[in-house]
Amino acid sequence: MQRRIEGKAYVLGDNVDTDQIIPAQYLTYNPSIPAEYKMFGKYALSGVPDDAAGLPKGHVSFHGPDDDFVSPYRIIIGGKNFGCGSSREHAPIALAAAGIVAVVAEFYARIFFRNSVNGGYLIPVESKTRLADQVCTGDDLVIDLTANTLTNKTTGDVWELHPLGEIAPILEAGGLFPYAQSVGMLAK
Amino acid sequence: MPSPMTMTEKILARASGKDAVAPGENVWVNVDVLMTHDVCGPGTIGVFKKHFGGDGAKVWDKEKVVVIPDHYIFTKDAMANRNVDVLRAFVKEQDLKYYYDVGTADYKGVCHIALPEEGHTRPGEVLLGTDSHTCTAGAFGEFATGIGNTDAGFVMGTGKLWLKTPPTMRFVFHGDLPPYLMAKDLILSVIGDIGVDGATYRAMEFDGDGVTALNIEERMTLCNMAIEAGGKNGIIAPDQITFDYVNKRNAGQKPYQAVYTDPGATFIHEKVYDVRTLEPVIAKPHSPDNRAFVSEVKGTKLDRAYIGSCTGGKLTDFRAAAELLQGKEVKIDTFVVPATTEVARGLDTERIGGKSLREIFLNAGAKIGDASCAACLGGPSDTFGRLNTPISCISTTNRNFPGRMGHKEAKVFLASPLTVAASALSGSIADCRDLLI
Repeated sequence: MQRRIEGKAYVLGDNVDTDQIIPAQYLTYNPSIPAEYKMFGKYALSGVPDDAAGLPKGHVSFHGPDDDFVSPYRIIIGGKNFGCGSSREHAPIALAAAGIVAVVAEFYARIFFRNSVNGGYLIPVESKTRLADQVCTGDDLVIDLTANTLTNKTTGDVWELHPLGEIAPILEAGGLFPYAQSVGMLAK
Repeated sequence: MPSPMTMTEKILARASGKDAVAPGENVWVNVDVLMTHDVCGPGTIGVFKKHFGGDGAKVWDKEKVVVIPDHYIFTKDAMANRNVDVLRAFVKEQDLKYYYDVGTADYKGVCHIALPEEGHTRPGEVLLGTDSHTCTAGAFGEFATGIGNTDAGFVMGTGKLWLKTPPTMRFVFHGDLPPYLMAKDLILSVIGDIGVDGATYRAMEFDGDGVTALNIEERMTLCNMAIEAGGKNGIIAPDQITFDYVNKRNAGQKPYQAVYTDPGATFIHEKVYDVRTLEPVIAKPHSPDNRAFVSEVKGTKLDRAYIGSCTGGKLTDFRAAAELLQGKEVKIDTFVVPATTEVARGLDTERIGGKSLREIFLNAGAKIGDASCAACLGGPSDTFGRLNTPISCISTTNRNFPGRMGHKEAKVFLASPLTVAASALSGSIADCRDLLI
């Protein structure tokens, strides 16, 4: 697991549900097949209403002009209850396939959080304060998971993050399977 | 003696071989039933094979993995149909006992209704499914929750999963439900009160004489939408209504042990409702907690009505809608989708005033689809009832996030089957009390 994550922010609001992260018509792709996994990157966040896409202004495409599959953004800033709704693991898969390394939100819906951690797709970090109104889409951010800080290089602001806590060993191991092996719940 | 525990805690303690568990405690539980479907099954199978020996991988118990294709069934979408083929091949290869194949007499439809109908829900058990509405089965006094592909792949190979023990919120309903209210009004009221994140990481226990008076289908509606408040599970203590239903259907006649919340158990939140004081409610676009009383939004123009899904497509739901639609005509496109083939047969056998429910719906001008999830979650563009344009729809389904039923600018209002039927007749949001009283 990366302890220092640098990249541009894509900012979303509260209750970003899994239908917005990856609309249901794309769930026909099978994430276990590499050629189809790529498609999740293409359609990641395609369900977000235009005025909520890339806050504070909205109407900011998650994908750049040169790459349909991988986004130029690396970190998503969300508000409350990020990833609510369905159990589709396609949601963290879609964000990871699009190049997202970490999400920083106030808190997460349970299944999205589990899927992100157990699948080892991305790091769901909890902020101590609401950042969705303070960070702007496109800001250059640095997440330091040793110091538990988020630095906004564009503005100079530094915010505290909650330590990863009990999910840290699962993320360090690379997901549920290697973690279960490391604690003896699964044969190596 | 362990400290008093809630039902949810007791089930997780038993399943993890412990005398007691406390909220917040992570435990490895033994799973009684794992359910998957056509949307998450192929990914789950991929994870399972990757980690348990490729084509030589064997599921931990071929009688405990239940496979129910239900999401994208009646579509020309080649990828969707390919996914059902993946399930079929896997079931054959693993010799799984419980599979409800498309195009056969075994086909069922929506997994959360198919599971109890086919006898896979039992009090005291742990049911995990690759669908967030797996919490529906809490109506049978079991711990049931939704998981992702990785978790499900792990369970497939080991029969185990780590779970964090949730604290329990208790919602008590007192009084006889007035004829204009349904379980949908109760749960939308709760979600309106606590918000779509109000039960995040928590169990929601429903209790009181207002709940025990509900039939099993209405109890399922209550538990189904626990996830819409962020809940990990919804749960209702089993009683004679539960046992009568379960014992008649129990697949393999598996023994089970009912558990009950201990007197003195700790609840993190408790709220008491008198159902006689509640009103028909609606969740406005675009969130299940965007609650309004129907009386506040009466007259809002609509383009479509939809009655179906795991939460609103059971026989009780159609009986309620048919009571209002009999002998009348709908003013807007109205789609009726039975959750399962058993419910669909009930549309023919159940009669009101000498007419079958099916006749009542067809005579009223509604369109009836085949049993499946259909437009509840949008799906491929040829899905029955899907909102392909930015129209307004009133629906008995459980989610109204942007794009949930198709077009991301479509407006979806969630309401009870009574409210949806009354609104279909007027072409705008209508109060069912005006027709019932």
